[in-house]
Amino acid sequence: MVLTAVAIILLRDLFAAVMLWGIFSLLSAGLFVVMDAVDVAFTEAAVGAGISTVLMLGTLTLVPTREKATDRHFQLMPLLICVLTGAALIYGTLDMPAYGEADAPINKHVANYYIRESPRESLIPNFVTTILASYRGYDTFGETTVVFTAGIGVMLLLGGKAKRRGGPSAAPPVKAGAGDDDDHGGAMATAAASASREDAS
Amino acid sequence: MFSPGVYNYWVVIVLMMIGFYTVITRGNLVKKIIGLNVFQVSVFWLYISMGKIVGGTAPITPDDVWEHLEHDVEEVQVDGQNGEPPHAANSYAALPREGRYEPGFEYHPPADDEPAGQVTHEYNDPTVYSNPVPHVLILTAIVVGVATTSLGLALCVRIKEEYGTIEEDEIQALDDEP
Amino acid sequence: MKHHIIVRVISKFLIPFMFLFALYVQFHGDFGPGGGFQAGVIFASAIALYTLVWGLDRAEQAFKPRLIEILIATGVMIYGGTGLLCLFAGGHLLEYRALVEPGHPQHGEHLGIGLVEFGVGITVTAVLTGIFFAFVRRGRT
Repeated sequence: MVLTAVAIILLRDLFAAVMLWGIFSLLSAGLFVVMDAVDVAFTEAAVGAGISTVLMLGTLTLVPTREKATDRHFQLMPLLICVLTGAALIYGTLDMPAYGEADAPINKHVANYYIRESPRESLIPNFVTTILASYRGYDTFGETTVVFTAGIGVMLLLGGKAKRRGGPSAAPPVKAGAGDDDDHGGAMATAAASASREDAS
Repeated sequence: MFSPGVYNYWVVIVLMMIGFYTVITRGNLVKKIIGLNVFQVSVFWLYISMGKIVGGTAPITPDDVWEHLEHDVEEVQVDGQNGEPPHAANSYAALPREGRYEPGFEYHPPADDEPAGQVTHEYNDPTVYSNPVPHVLILTAIVVGVATTSLGLALCVRIKEEYGTIEEDEIQALDDEP
Repeated sequence: MKHHIIVRVISKFLIPFMFLFALYVQFHGDFGPGGGFQAGVIFASAIALYTLVWGLDRAEQAFKPRLIEILIATGVMIYGGTGLLCLFAGGHLLEYRALVEPGHPQHGEHLGIGLVEFGVGITVTAVLTGIFFAFVRRGRT
């Protein structure tokens, strides 16, 4: 995993870096299963290796896919900062509870209440679902609102009027199948798309 | 001094610094976003590895325990309607609806004196579960993470359209021009 | 990509199952791993696969941009509406056991959690699909 992460920095081809990011994400999903977090692993596999990678690839169809070589690649100062920060953090971990210890402070407080009471209060075997939607309902509501806001933001940034810049663009691989104007339904869809665009702008 | 139990934090810190280094040194904006994502996943690991309990299992009640539990809860409800609940007064179904959510209510975990993680249910659930609270937090964080990532990528696309490049120094050079 | 017969056939075969699996994850989230987020992401990736193979025009015929915009708001409204419903039923905000008559708090919890997860699923699906469509639309100019 660490090797994958190192390779991500070293690679200058962004396509390869994005694919490595997908692999990194999938590996970490596997590790989450090992650490008993099945819900998190499920989400990480679907989000990290799925949607997020697809969105990055979609971005790479619009921007140059090669990172420019600069003289900044082996600067000493950032490396020094990272090593120092890391060393400080590692010094901090010496006081942390050991991995998997049942008496760690994190396991002492509210989690016991959830584990004991949630199956009886809601008759739902999956603790994560109960805590997510019921005990921590406000958090999840706020988080849904964040997703909502992000969606609106991206649509405002990308869905607007800059569409009519005109001129041929580099053919992105994503639209390779988009040339099916042989049926008149395509025209309808384009009309619908442009109508919604006018609404948005 | 050298406790072998903290290696998980070390791996997290190494990954964190790799992500940090990527964000600092790389000029390409997409590369910076990938670095931020690596950083983010390392934070997920930090939380999840804290919640793991050795010998524990995923926080989902197993089927055999579950049948037992469901049966008991229904019994409490039926008996509670007839008057006397069979279980102690802290049985949830026996309480009035508002009973537990009064503003002044405080929960005193009776589990503080017994080893945590080996909490037994009242229905004799012997299973040891990993801590589900970090899982919930991280679940939320992952979805917020993909939302922010997509917003950042959209900004990259807009920057490319305006400046014609996504390299940091070139953007700065363009900005410095009058 | 619809000229590649393997891609076409396999994706035609897979996409209905992906939708089915998303629905399973959505409504089985109470009993196993899963829930609104995961279902929404799987749904959105099925739509993304359809778009990749068949092109944006046909995908937008099935999932009209207007519909996606409405669904984004609908999901949040379902979540908030469930909370307000609990308020009007006499409980606190998002106190699901107020939804049913007293004596069966578990049924109320079940109903409320189901509704809330449904709202989350709708929002996540619509947002991710909308974002993906926005990127693809931008790319074709």
